[in-house]
Amino acid sequence: MSILRTLHKTSIAALGFALLAGCDTVVMSPSGDIAAQQASLIIWATVLMLIVVIPVIVLTLLFAWRYRSSNKNATYAPDWDHSTSLELVIWAAPLAIIIALGALTWVSTHQLDPYRPLDRISEGQPVPEGVEPLIVEVVAMDWKWLFFYPEQGIAVVNQLAAPVDRPIKFKITATTMMNSFYIPALAGQIYAMGGMETQLHAVINEAGSYDGFSANYSGAGFNGMRFKFLGMSESNFEQWVAKVKSDGDDLSRKAYKELEVPSEYNPVHYYSKVEPGLYDAILNRCVDPGSICMKDLMSHHHRDDKAAEKSNAPSESHHAH
Amino acid sequence: MSEQFELSKLIFGRLSWESIPLHDPIILATFVMVLLGGGAIVGALTYYKVWGYLWREWITSIDHKRIGVMYMILGIVMLLRGFADAIMMRIHQAMAFGDATGYLPPHHYDQIFTAHGVIMIFFVAMPFVVGLMNYIVPLQIGARDVAFPFLNNLSFWMTAAGAALVMASLFIGEFAKSGWLAYPPLTGILQSPGVGVDYYIWSLQIAGVGTLLSGINFVVTIVKMRAPGMNMMKMPVFVWTALCTNILIVAAFPVLTAVMTLLSLDRYLGMNFFTNDLGGNAMMYVNLIWIWGHPEVYILILPIFGVFSEIVSTYSGKRLFGYSSMVYATLVITILSYLVWLHHFFTMGSGATVNSFFGITTMIISIPTGAKIFNWLFTMYRGRIKFDVPMLWTVGFMITFVIGGMTGVLLAVPPADFVLHNSLFLIAHFHNVIIGGVVFGTFAAITYWYPKVTGYKLDPFWGKASFWCWFIGFYLAFMPLYMLGFMGVTRRMSHFDDPSLQIWFQIALGGAVLIGLGIACFLIQLYVSYKKRDSLRDETGDPWDGRTLEWSTSSPPPKYNFAFTPKVYDNDAWWHMKANGFVRPTSDFLAIHMPKNTAAGIIVAGISTVFGFAMIWHMWLLAGLSFTGLIIAIIIHTFNYKRDYYIPVEEVARTEAQRTEVLA
Repeated sequence: MSILRTLHKTSIAALGFALLAGCDTVVMSPSGDIAAQQASLIIWATVLMLIVVIPVIVLTLLFAWRYRSSNKNATYAPDWDHSTSLELVIWAAPLAIIIALGALTWVSTHQLDPYRPLDRISEGQPVPEGVEPLIVEVVAMDWKWLFFYPEQGIAVVNQLAAPVDRPIKFKITATTMMNSFYIPALAGQIYAMGGMETQLHAVINEAGSYDGFSANYSGAGFNGMRFKFLGMSESNFEQWVAKVKSDGDDLSRKAYKELEVPSEYNPVHYYSKVEPGLYDAILNRCVDPGSICMKDLMSHHHRDDKAAEKSNAPSESHHAH
Repeated sequence: MSEQFELSKLIFGRLSWESIPLHDPIILATFVMVLLGGGAIVGALTYYKVWGYLWREWITSIDHKRIGVMYMILGIVMLLRGFADAIMMRIHQAMAFGDATGYLPPHHYDQIFTAHGVIMIFFVAMPFVVGLMNYIVPLQIGARDVAFPFLNNLSFWMTAAGAALVMASLFIGEFAKSGWLAYPPLTGILQSPGVGVDYYIWSLQIAGVGTLLSGINFVVTIVKMRAPGMNMMKMPVFVWTALCTNILIVAAFPVLTAVMTLLSLDRYLGMNFFTNDLGGNAMMYVNLIWIWGHPEVYILILPIFGVFSEIVSTYSGKRLFGYSSMVYATLVITILSYLVWLHHFFTMGSGATVNSFFGITTMIISIPTGAKIFNWLFTMYRGRIKFDVPMLWTVGFMITFVIGGMTGVLLAVPPADFVLHNSLFLIAHFHNVIIGGVVFGTFAAITYWYPKVTGYKLDPFWGKASFWCWFIGFYLAFMPLYMLGFMGVTRRMSHFDDPSLQIWFQIALGGAVLIGLGIACFLIQLYVSYKKRDSLRDETGDPWDGRTLEWSTSSPPPKYNFAFTPKVYDNDAWWHMKANGFVRPTSDFLAIHMPKNTAAGIIVAGISTVFGFAMIWHMWLLAGLSFTGLIIAIIIHTFNYKRDYYIPVEEVARTEAQRTEVLA
C-alpha cells in the first residue's frame, strides 16, 4: 500500500515536473479547489494514456531501427500479416485504458459539474454547516464584464472580488456575443450567452489577484475583456464592498443603457446602488421599457392565442376563405 | 438624381472604390505582388502559346488523373496563402507585448486567423485529400475513370471557385472576422454588417457543392467500378478509407450547406434562426456546424490513414498486418465520428450526463485509431524497411500523431476541457494531428506517387531536407503552444500584457520559420527533380516494388489506365500478379470507350463565382442574371450528347507497343 502510494507520488511528481518545467503554470498549480481537482485529473488522465503512448513511440523507433533494410540479421517475414492473439492485444490494451479513463470521466464530470453546488472547500474540508454561497451574477457585455452582487446590492465593471474559502455561485449571461467566463486560477470556464443563463460553482482558497478573461473570441474588443479576480479575507472583502458602496455610482436602467454601448478596454467601475431586477431584465432581454421579457413571452403568446381564439370564434368564416 | 443612385445600387450593390483597401500598405504590397506575379505567369503562358494546350488537356479535362493533379496544384497554391497568414500571425504575436502593439491592427489580425483556418481546412487539406483520391482510387480499383467524369471536373472547378472568392476578399472588401467556424451571434447581420461573413458563406457554399458532388462520385465509383475479383475485402486499404471518407462527405456536407443557408436567411432576409432575440438560438448553429465539423476531421484523416497503410507495407516489403482489423477500425471510426460532435463545446453547459456521454464516445474512437497505429507498427515488425522519403514521413507521423491523439483524449475529459478549451493547448492539439497527420501524410503521398504521375522520382535530398524542417519546425512551433495553454493563454489574442509569455511566442515563431523552410525545400525539390528528371526517371512504372494495381501500369499511365481490365485475386493485387509470373498482354487489343472533355465544368463554376460575388455585394441585378445564366448553362449541358468517344484499337496497340519497347 505504501509502495503504491510512493509510486503514485513519484509518478505525479515526475510528470508534474515535466509539465511545469521552467515556468509556473496557472492551470497546473491553481489556487481554487475546483481548478486544483481539474489539474490533478489532467495528470491522472495523462499518466493513464502514457501507458500506451510511450511503448508505441519506443516500439516505432525500435522497429524502425531493427528492421532497417541494411540489417540482414533481422528476421524477414514478408507474408506474416496476421496473429489472432496479437490483434486481441492491440484492441484490448487501448480498450482497457479507455474503460479506466471512461470511468474516471463519468465520475469526475459529475463531481466537477459546474452546476453542482460545492460540498467541500478543499480536500478534506467540507463546506461548514450554514454557510451559503456568495452569489455573483455575471454579464458578458461588448466588451467588458459586469458583475452584480445581489446580496450586497452592488455591481462592478471589470473587477471581481470574493472571500477566501467561501463557495461562490456564478450565474452567467451575456448581452450579445457569445463569450466564455474563465478565471484559470479559480475553476474551468463556461460560456456566457445572450438570453440564457449558465452557472459555475467554485471556491478560491488563497488570497491574491488573479487573471480573469473571456476565452471565446467575441469580436473587435475581445482582447480587452480582461479583469482581475481578487481573492481576499472575509474582512478585506467587507472593506471592499464598503469601498464600492461609498465610491460607486448609481446603476439605473438609463446608466445601464449607456454602459451597454460597445466599448473596449474599460477601466474598473463601481456601482453602489443597482436598480432592482436589472440582472433579470438583462437575462430576459427586456431592459428597454415596454419590451416583453423572454420568460413571459411564452405565456404571453399563449394568452394572446387564447384571447385570439375567443375573439376569432365568431369570424371563423374569415379563415375559410 | 435619386433614380440614378438607385440604378447604381442595383448594379454595384455595396461595392464602391472605398471597398478596395488601398490604405493598407500590407494588402497593397501583396496586391502589387500578385498583379506582377499573375501578369508574369499570364505573359509567359501567352508567349509560349500554351493556352490552347492548357484548355484542351487540363481545364476541360475529365480525366481523373489530370483533375487529381489540378486539385494538388490548388492545394499547394492555397498552402502558400495559408502559410503566409500563419507566419504573419506568429510574427505579430511574438511582437505584440506590453506597449508594442504589433504590426497588424486588430481588424486585420482577426481576418487573418479566420482566413488561415478556412483556407487550410477547405482549400488546402480538402483539395489534397480529394486530389489524392482522384488520382489513386480509379487506378487502385482497376477502373478507367470515375463513375461520373464530367461531375468530377465540375467538382474541381466549384472548389477552385470557392478558393477564388476567398482570395478576392483579400483585395476587394474584407474577409470574416469571426474565427473559422463563424459562430453567431457574432456573424449575425447586426454584429457583422460587412461583406466578410458573406464571403465566408458563399465561398463555402460554392466549394461545398463541389465537395458533395465529388463525394457522391467516389462512393459510386468504388461501389460499382471495381475490377472483377476485387470484392470489398480485397480492396486496398486506401480505397477503403476513401470509401468511408466519401460516405462521410455525402452525409455531412449537406448539414454544412443547410446551416450556411440558415445563416444566410438570418443575414439576408432578417430571419431569426441564430439571433439572440425573437426565438433565435445560437446554440443550434454551434451544434449543426459541429455535426458537420467533426466528421470533417475524419474526412481529412481517414484517407491519410490509407496512404500510410500503403506506404508502410510497400517500404517494409511486407503484407499489411491485420488487414481486416484495419478495415473494421476504419468503419468504426466512420460511425463514431457522428457521435462525438458535442466535445467541441462541453463548456456550453449541457450538463454532466450529456458531457460524459460525448466525452466517452470520443475516447472510444481512440481504440480503433490505436489499433491502426499498432497495425502499422507490426507491419514494420519483421519487415525490410527502406527509408525512402515517404517512410520518413510515416515514422514522423506515427510518433507525432500519438502525442496529438493523447492530448485529444485529454480534451475529451470534460472537466479537463473546461480549463484547456479555447486555449493555445487546443490550438497545439489540432495542429498536432492535422500537421502530424494530414500534412505529413500528404507529403508522404506526393513523394510516393509522384513517379506514377510524372514518370520520374522526386529528388531525395530536398525531400529529406523538407521532412526535417517540417518535423523539427512542427515541434518548435507547437510545443510552446501546449505550454502556453497550461499558462492560461487563450486563442485569437492580438495583444498580451504579461512579458514572461513572450519567449514562448518567439520560439514558436522560430518553428514557423523552419516550417516555411520546409515548404521552400518542397518547392525546390519539385524544381530540382524536374531539372534532373532524366537521371530520376522510372521506366518500369513500379519504382518502389509496389503492391497495388496502380503500379502495374506505365508512369504516367495512358489515358485509359489499363489496356485490359485486370483480374484481382488478392488484396495486394499487383504483388500477387508479380509473384505468379504475370505476363503483360501485347496483342488482341480492343478499342476503348472513353468520356469526352467538356468546358461545361469551368463555365458553370465561373458563373457560380459571379453569382456568389454578386450576392456578397448585394448586386441584385447581376445576381439575378448570373443565377438565370447558371440554370441555362446547366440545361444546355444536358443537351450535349457528344460525351464519349472510342480510342481506336491502333492507338491502343501503338501506346502499348511503346511501353513494351521501354520495358524490354
